[in-house]
Amino acid sequence: MISFQAVGKRYPGGFDALKNITFSIERGEMVFIAGHSGAGKSTLLKLVAAIERPTSGSILVRDQNLGRMKRSAVPYLRRNFGLVFQDHKLLFNRTVFENVFLPLQIGAFDPREAGSRVRAALDKVGLLGREHAYPVELSGGEQQRLCIARAIVNRPAILIADEPTGNLDAEYSGIIMDMFKSFNQVGVTLLVSTHDEAMLRKLRPRVITLHQGELAP
Amino acid sequence: MMAWLSINFHALAATLRKLAGSPLSSFFSICVIGIALSLPTGIFVLLQNIETLSGNFTGSPQISLFLSKDANSAEVSEIEKRLKENPGVDHFRFVPKEEALGEFRKDAEFSDVVASLSQNPLPDAFVVFARENSAKNLDALHQEMLKWPKVAHAQLDSNWARKLDSFLKLGHVATSILAVLLGFALIFITFNTIRLQILTQKDEIEVAKLIGATNTFIRRPFLYLGALQGLAGGIAAWGIIAAGLHFMNGAIQELAQLYSTRFILANLGIRESLLLFFLSACLGWLGAWLSVSRHLWQLDSGSQ
Repeated sequence: MISFQAVGKRYPGGFDALKNITFSIERGEMVFIAGHSGAGKSTLLKLVAAIERPTSGSILVRDQNLGRMKRSAVPYLRRNFGLVFQDHKLLFNRTVFENVFLPLQIGAFDPREAGSRVRAALDKVGLLGREHAYPVELSGGEQQRLCIARAIVNRPAILIADEPTGNLDAEYSGIIMDMFKSFNQVGVTLLVSTHDEAMLRKLRPRVITLHQGELAP
Repeated sequence: MMAWLSINFHALAATLRKLAGSPLSSFFSICVIGIALSLPTGIFVLLQNIETLSGNFTGSPQISLFLSKDANSAEVSEIEKRLKENPGVDHFRFVPKEEALGEFRKDAEFSDVVASLSQNPLPDAFVVFARENSAKNLDALHQEMLKWPKVAHAQLDSNWARKLDSFLKLGHVATSILAVLLGFALIFITFNTIRLQILTQKDEIEVAKLIGATNTFIRRPFLYLGALQGLAGGIAAWGIIAAGLHFMNGAIQELAQLYSTRFILANLGIRESLLLFFLSACLGWLGAWLSVSRHLWQLDSGSQ
């Protein structure tokens, strides 16, 4: 599903965020990226989602080489992903419903079915009653769940989450991790970055650990 | 198909919301576009009116052909024959010298002078109407007639009309230049207003791109906005011109009454009005396209 072959990412200015990364993730796997902040976790996820391009090596996602991909093909690749961002990236001038509706609108989804899809996604994250609220009215944990609802509404094959429990207390983190587990059980490939050691001990998933831009042994 | 319609409907609805969301600034940009467009269009309307007016006055230009005084009747018939055979001549009228003198005698101002004359000082003359009234054709005919025997003088009466004609042509060129310049101005105005819109929606664009929006999808509402704003500006220009003509016609009617004629400035015809609306919408669309494309290009090159 996802395979990295000797991937490096050097930012302008000469800083190497990632060096010689090789791994592969099969369909339906749940993989966590662990490491201290600044270890390259976010960069790695950005490379998978084609938000940034590698400066060396090659990345294959669903048999497509991201390094050689045409710019115009990137949007269609992204529609296979559900992205959960550390800073949520919600649209504050749109309601909860409209935020979740956005991916369906972009994917030219049949508008007659879109409404029930949005409600189903909101139901999964426990926000069904709050369709008409605006994101500012939600708590931090609810905003994170809204971001997850938006990521899963078009039933992506791969869910990519960058520090989804970063700013949440233990109880909320547990709820969100349970959600991820249930998505994984229905076949979604999961790629999650975290520095939450307790979480890793509890879930015991496959872990790829980064240390200063390199794979830790 | 349903999805495509839905996307376009949503984009259009979002555009209208944006326009309504900032009514004052939308109104101002529409006014600026309207004023910019009304200048060349207004001058075009005035030129068109002058053209209609001058067309009424000129009629068909004529050439007056004066023979030498010593021309005898055989020589007069020779000229008449040549006029008949000339393909450039539509029709002509012979004015014998007695008739011309008679005309003067009827005129109160000249009757005394004519009575005091011992002999008729006037020559025989022909008034010639050309088949084609282009300046080139008239000139050729005029020059040819001057070379005929016993033709003392040939006068082309269309000189002033031709001068006016070339002034109008100059006016049209000047208007075209103005129109092109202000067309660019419209593009730049739209470019800027759309840029401001983009800045207020930076987050939306970023998020939409992250979750798989194509550039076409992101551009669409802004293109609608640019085209709608251009169209509204075109309609505003039309309104400004209509109002201007209304006020000018009041003044013109007074003037026309003094000259005991009727004359009213006409506005743009339906075809020209539609062309104005279409062009202003297109220019707005183009300005918006440039603006969004520049922003998307910056986003793309930033994500390397």
